[in-house]
Amino acid sequence: MNNALPPSAIFILGALLIPLFKGRVRAAYMLILPVFAFINLLNIQVGTHWSVPFLDYQMVFGRVDRLSMAFGYIFTIVSFIGALYAVRVKEAGQHVAAFLYAGSALGAVFAGDMLSLFVFWEVMAFAAAYLVWAGKRAGSQAAGFRYLLVHIFGGLCLLVGILIHVHTTGSIEFGYLGLNSLASYFILIGFGINGAFPLLHAWLPDAYPESTFSGTVFLSAFTTKTAVYVLARSFPGTDLLIWIGVAMTAFPIFYAVIENDLRKVLSYSLINQVGFMVTGIGIGTALSLNGTVAHAFAHILYKALLFMSMGAVLHQTGKINATDLGGLYKSMPLTTLFCIIGAASISGFPLFSGFVSKSMIVSASGHEGLTFIWFVLIFASAGVFHHSGIKIPYFAFFSHDSGIRTKEAPLNMLLAMGIAAFLCIFIGVFPGYLYSILPHPVDYAPYTGAHVIDQLQLLFFSALAFTLLLLSGIYPAEIRATNLDADWFYRKGARAFMWVVNNPMARLGVWINRVAFDAIPSSLSWFSKNPLSAVKIGADTLLLRFSREEQKAGIGQRLKAEKAAFPGDIVKNRPIGQSVLWATLFLFAYLLLKY
Amino acid sequence: MKKKHLFDKPENLKRFLKVFYISLVLLVVVDLFIPKHPYFTWEEYPSFYATYGFVACVLLVLVAKYILRPLVRRREKYYE
Repeated sequence: MNNALPPSAIFILGALLIPLFKGRVRAAYMLILPVFAFINLLNIQVGTHWSVPFLDYQMVFGRVDRLSMAFGYIFTIVSFIGALYAVRVKEAGQHVAAFLYAGSALGAVFAGDMLSLFVFWEVMAFAAAYLVWAGKRAGSQAAGFRYLLVHIFGGLCLLVGILIHVHTTGSIEFGYLGLNSLASYFILIGFGINGAFPLLHAWLPDAYPESTFSGTVFLSAFTTKTAVYVLARSFPGTDLLIWIGVAMTAFPIFYAVIENDLRKVLSYSLINQVGFMVTGIGIGTALSLNGTVAHAFAHILYKALLFMSMGAVLHQTGKINATDLGGLYKSMPLTTLFCIIGAASISGFPLFSGFVSKSMIVSASGHEGLTFIWFVLIFASAGVFHHSGIKIPYFAFFSHDSGIRTKEAPLNMLLAMGIAAFLCIFIGVFPGYLYSILPHPVDYAPYTGAHVIDQLQLLFFSALAFTLLLLSGIYPAEIRATNLDADWFYRKGARAFMWVVNNPMARLGVWINRVAFDAIPSSLSWFSKNPLSAVKIGADTLLLRFSREEQKAGIGQRLKAEKAAFPGDIVKNRPIGQSVLWATLFLFAYLLLKY
Repeated sequence: MKKKHLFDKPENLKRFLKVFYISLVLLVVVDLFIPKHPYFTWEEYPSFYATYGFVACVLLVLVAKYILRPLVRRREKYYE
């Protein structure tokens, strides 16, 4: 028996009630809802539930197995943390959007068919765009629209893929696909846009830093990790994903080094971390897939923690650029501590969550003998420590004293960060609990002497590089600047497009207007006044042009007379029998052609 | 009187760095006595990870500063 509710329904229906409450009641409601959802989740049995007939198909709202449950747990947990962090925000719309977002992400995770997956996919895009708009920063509105456009495009790619797939296979069931058909390529692109694949990634560092201090916490959790889930579901062991994944781990860290907006730095490091997960999916062994799920689980927590600590800085100081910050450890010591815990987790310090999850993916690459991949992953591990592990806490809380003195973040925000920080350490110290919910049985021991020492060496000597480069003045100073990324193509491209529309295209439009709506109709109406004479005039005009000089005078005379007489008398007396004969002939010819 | 904070005293920063440098040395020394279980032969070289991490980060910063930044840097209001 299964007497639980669909997890998505709790959040989506629950979201709609939020505006009815105010003050403390709303706060209590927002915190109880994820708790209720979590208890509900624990009661869901493995299997297929909530199957609803739709046209000739079955929509399945509850495909429950170990893979979907792992994402279900963490999405529900981070919803609670995010709700606690955001609970003081007065604007109900943000909370509604956040809960709709969480609900549709859960809906996508538990979807057993492609139709409901697609619907939840689209709801996610709109809810997330609302959270970007709610930022109300200088660039929020435009960034939100760009976010929406990119994701609608991704959704359309997904829809095209789904339609072709359903047409060819006759089934809407969502399961393993593999990269073997036109449909699967479209679906992969649709997933890849949400997963921030290289060149399809620019929406992420474009939009996330524009959201509210709390909205980014939700944004960082759901969209990319839903993509990781669907990729793990439908494309495990696809070699192409290994290369896409390692590219994702490597290129963003260079951007993160030179970026000034600290939430943008975190956005780039988010792509880097998702890169590890995508690589794990591409490798496709039990170890690497476990690593991907474990890393997604751990990542959602420490990334939320890092975004919460930067959100707290933004909330308390109104500033987020490294050039404006520094020395905040003096006035925000707890936030500093939580940020450092998040930084240690993302960097993979022993006893923190990243250490027990990321290493599974790196080990899987070594186990499969993927030498080049392994080298890039280790490089990316060092690099992520460099920018997320050191740069973020250093420039926000230490560095030169910016002179800013503020108060510690409010209690609810500190509690939310505290819970996330506790879980980061708990997972790092007791990895067995996380390992026990992974899709495959785990035979992996993260805490061996060699692994701990190797990892510590990697991190400490990366830190040494940072220290020496900083002391010698080589480390690039933070600069207020815009760094071009792939969004250049559509942001500048849109302008080029508008220029083309306003200039050559507009002229073409005027020409088409003149020819199609002016010249052609008027000559047709002239022609139809007396087609026979019109043809004669036409023939004589041609004749005039190509005839010999001595004949021209005569033809010219005749043409003049014809034009003067035009349209003249169109009625000709013809026996009616002639018309009937023609009609019969045409009908007979038609009959012959048709049969 | 203004409150003095942890790193307002230069000697605290020096102490912090000293502890950091000592731990680097310790890591290199301990590494020699730890049995390895490598996937690749080079993982067995003494302090392979230390060397790789250091070189990787220096290269990362140099490439970001001298190659990427000149390529992609525009004024702050570039898109407006």
